[in-house]
Amino acid sequence: MTDVVSPSTLMPALVGIPLIAAVVSILLPRTRLGDISHIFFASLQLTIAVCLGLSLLTKDSSAVYRYALGGWQAPLGIDLALDGFSAIMLLLTAILCLVLTIYSMFFFRVPGDTKRFWPLWWLLFTGLNALFLAADAFNIFVALELISLSAVSLVAVEGTRAALIAALRYLFVSLLGSVCYLLGVALIYRSYGLLDLSSLSQVILPGAVSWCALALISLGLLLKTALLPLHFWLPSTHGSASPPVSAVLSALVVKASFYLLARYWLDVLYPATTGMALQLLGVLGACAIMWGSYQALQARRLKYLVAYSTVAQLGYLFLLFPLVTNAGPGMGFSSAAFQAVGYFIVAHGLAKAAMFLAVGNIKQGMGHDNIDQLKGIAASHPLSVFTFAIAGASLIGLPPSGGFIAKWLLLNAAIEQTQWLWVFVIVVGGLGAALYVFRVLSIAFDNSGAPIKPEAAHNDVPARVMAGCGVALAVLVMLWGFSAQWGLDLLLEGTGSRVQQLAAGVTI
Amino acid sequence: MLTQSMIYSLSGVTLFSIGLWGLISVPQILKKIMAVNMMGMGVFMVLVASAERPGVVDPVPHAMVLTGIVVAVAGTALALALVCKIHALNGVQGDNEDD
Repeated sequence: MTDVVSPSTLMPALVGIPLIAAVVSILLPRTRLGDISHIFFASLQLTIAVCLGLSLLTKDSSAVYRYALGGWQAPLGIDLALDGFSAIMLLLTAILCLVLTIYSMFFFRVPGDTKRFWPLWWLLFTGLNALFLAADAFNIFVALELISLSAVSLVAVEGTRAALIAALRYLFVSLLGSVCYLLGVALIYRSYGLLDLSSLSQVILPGAVSWCALALISLGLLLKTALLPLHFWLPSTHGSASPPVSAVLSALVVKASFYLLARYWLDVLYPATTGMALQLLGVLGACAIMWGSYQALQARRLKYLVAYSTVAQLGYLFLLFPLVTNAGPGMGFSSAAFQAVGYFIVAHGLAKAAMFLAVGNIKQGMGHDNIDQLKGIAASHPLSVFTFAIAGASLIGLPPSGGFIAKWLLLNAAIEQTQWLWVFVIVVGGLGAALYVFRVLSIAFDNSGAPIKPEAAHNDVPARVMAGCGVALAVLVMLWGFSAQWGLDLLLEGTGSRVQQLAAGVTI
Repeated sequence: MLTQSMIYSLSGVTLFSIGLWGLISVPQILKKIMAVNMMGMGVFMVLVASAERPGVVDPVPHAMVLTGIVVAVAGTALALALVCKIHALNGVQGDNEDD
């Protein structure tokens, strides 16, 4: 790079900023200055993510950004890389980080909680940013562990017995997943002597080693992504954490391991994949949609309903795999199915975060979240019920939400390939989501019972800001439904470059 | 024929499998923590063995193992801390928390 102020020099900042914020939050516990610093760091992170996204969108060539840390190039050094897929994930992370940070400032008002919460919170975002920028199989392991350890601790910050037990189970699942992943990487390194993902994707050959590596890496990441039947840990973990933590776990942390699955299956280890295995992932995804929706319908607590809805919605992501069959290495990233799933990740991330915040507000106002006892809450918590309804509309896939566009793209991809089974799954899954969302809404708007008495005053300034954060995310879900094109363009940026090179004659 | 590196790798995979079996089948939390550690050790052995290249020794796997050990220690410490917390909330039967 001869250009001194190349945008790629901003990439390490995305890892550095939350790391600095974590240190600062230890030095400035619960002061006005501490609050300002949280907002400052979250805004800075968002600004840089937007800059990177914009420069990726507007540059002429379609190459990816790479940054060699300390000037050491791969294979010895550890590179950072940025393409459209990572840029979208980083943007989603930064947006959610800003909104949820504001929410958390008002949610954690007891000094004891904040002292433990903030450093872990920022370390989690350090891990997420590092993961989305990583171009190296081992660096990914480190980022995964950083995410797991801070996410588990964030669940445990809640402090109740249920949360601690959920955190311990989550820790075991995470450690098991990481160890499996690492063994997969060790097998690859043993045979190929490489860790850099883009170099690996050019030398991987089908064979026993790459099959074993793919199986181990997939098992590890599927555990972390909670695909049915490995979802057993998710509802209790996401259901017992505090609202901002549940939001970030459902919206980002499970997507991070899915992001890696997509990278390994469509690109790095593509030669080791088989059509059968891709179909199997799709079938498991379809089962997750059905089972998650059914469990959400049965749930007795609102938070568990939302958590099971995450199990169901994660199933849609896995429809990506059967719908990209017959592509070459890296070609899957320019397919219609990938665009649909990328769009879906953002729509679900925003909607699910909004939903967890709304549920958190309702729980704080009412003192509980038993669905049967929530009659008429639309009157006492209008903004939170509004947020829940908008987020629910996106999960169902009603226009004009982001979820509608995502499902429409996914349906299109399935119809184009005349894979009618997946069309059926998508439609039925939407109906399932409609059932559990309307189950809650019909109770919320039911004024027949005795007038409810919220336990705490829910109309003070913090409560209003917290409700406002939920509404802000709900509005973003709607906006995402309107701004389809730039998102799709950004997703294609860089990820499709190899395809263009392959489609001979195109000069870059 | 079995080279030294192969013996190490196979032992590593065996350790990994024993640990996996322990993690799934043993109900006691402390033994589960030990089982995860054992799986980690198995992976580290595979990595260390993969450092053998014709003529030279590749330093990269050793660096990875060092990082891995740090991560494993952190994970173990967090697990033990959580067990202590649950134990304190529970009174006596914290050891028998099964999944």
